[in-house]
Amino acid sequence: MNGHVVTITSGKGGVGKTTTTANLAIALASLGQKVACIDSDIGLRNLDVVMGLENRIVYDLVDAIEGRCRLTQAMIRDRRFANLHLIPAAQTRDKSAIAPSDMIRICDELRPEVDWIIIDSPAGIERGFRNALAPSDQVLVVTNPEISAVRDADRIIGIIEAEEKGPVKLIINRVNMVMVKRGDMLSADDVVELLAIPLIGIVPEDESVLVSTNHGQPVVLNEKSQAGTAFLNVGKRLLGEDIPLMEFDQKAGLFMRLGRLFSGGI
Amino acid sequence: MASFFERVLGKAPTSAVQAKERLHLVLVHDRTDLTPENLKSLKDRLIQVISEYVEINDDETEIQIQVDGRKQTLMANIPLKSPRRRG
Repeated sequence: MNGHVVTITSGKGGVGKTTTTANLAIALASLGQKVACIDSDIGLRNLDVVMGLENRIVYDLVDAIEGRCRLTQAMIRDRRFANLHLIPAAQTRDKSAIAPSDMIRICDELRPEVDWIIIDSPAGIERGFRNALAPSDQVLVVTNPEISAVRDADRIIGIIEAEEKGPVKLIINRVNMVMVKRGDMLSADDVVELLAIPLIGIVPEDESVLVSTNHGQPVVLNEKSQAGTAFLNVGKRLLGEDIPLMEFDQKAGLFMRLGRLFSGGI
Repeated sequence: MASFFERVLGKAPTSAVQAKERLHLVLVHDRTDLTPENLKSLKDRLIQVISEYVEINDDETEIQIQVDGRKQTLMANIPLKSPRRRG
């Protein structure tokens, strides 16, 4: 095996990096891939709770880097998929605890063991982001259809290009189709036109994301959820499947139109 | 938020259109590290230097940053005054 390293980043915080990392990792694992995901947000550990694995942590990424444990000891096996592991961030340290060269070394050690290494980057453009970017073979930038998130995504894309990392692809998260149709939210097309990078996923705004996360069961495990389907499709596209991007939108549009019809709306 | 009638009559752009226009301008300046003020000063100096060599039509001169994908190009459209019109 020669694991492919995908870094999930965004610039701005709160756009859904950790949610995307958890769901993409589970999507790939459910498609039969061997996956390791790494929480590189040192001091602000969160991927563990989003994945529902917080009670299993013994060692973390910094322990492995500083040699207090073997790398395999810091790898927590997922409850649902035996082919999925999480390397949690250290909670009581900060981002200066690791360097880009450490991340490269850890990923090189993991590559022969897995198909995919998914790195959850911290927000910002500083050390933590540089650590997450250093070992990447491919970068997925997560953004929301709002001014501040798109602007920060553009900054991040500029830095990734300057560092000659990539290819870079875009995930537009929390798209509210009702607002887009009303003309009160940037559409996926608008965002792609502004950022001018290829799109790999459009995820609709969906209450089931929060509900699933509350249960520690990422939404991709919920087959009825639109956001879950969107994340699963990102995983399939990473594996090279040709799934049209707009099909999902049209489906969402139809559901909403039907919903409005039955509720007596326009 | 613009009212329904304003939109139908085409008077007010939707908030999404406004967001897109504002973002477009902000991204150009972010990417080039050129503030609107600096761009103005660049234009003035460029016109000044060119004027030392040829006579140009100030009013019709256009200097702007054009965006093509992730590439920015400084486009200058500087009509020269025809010698016949001189004097």
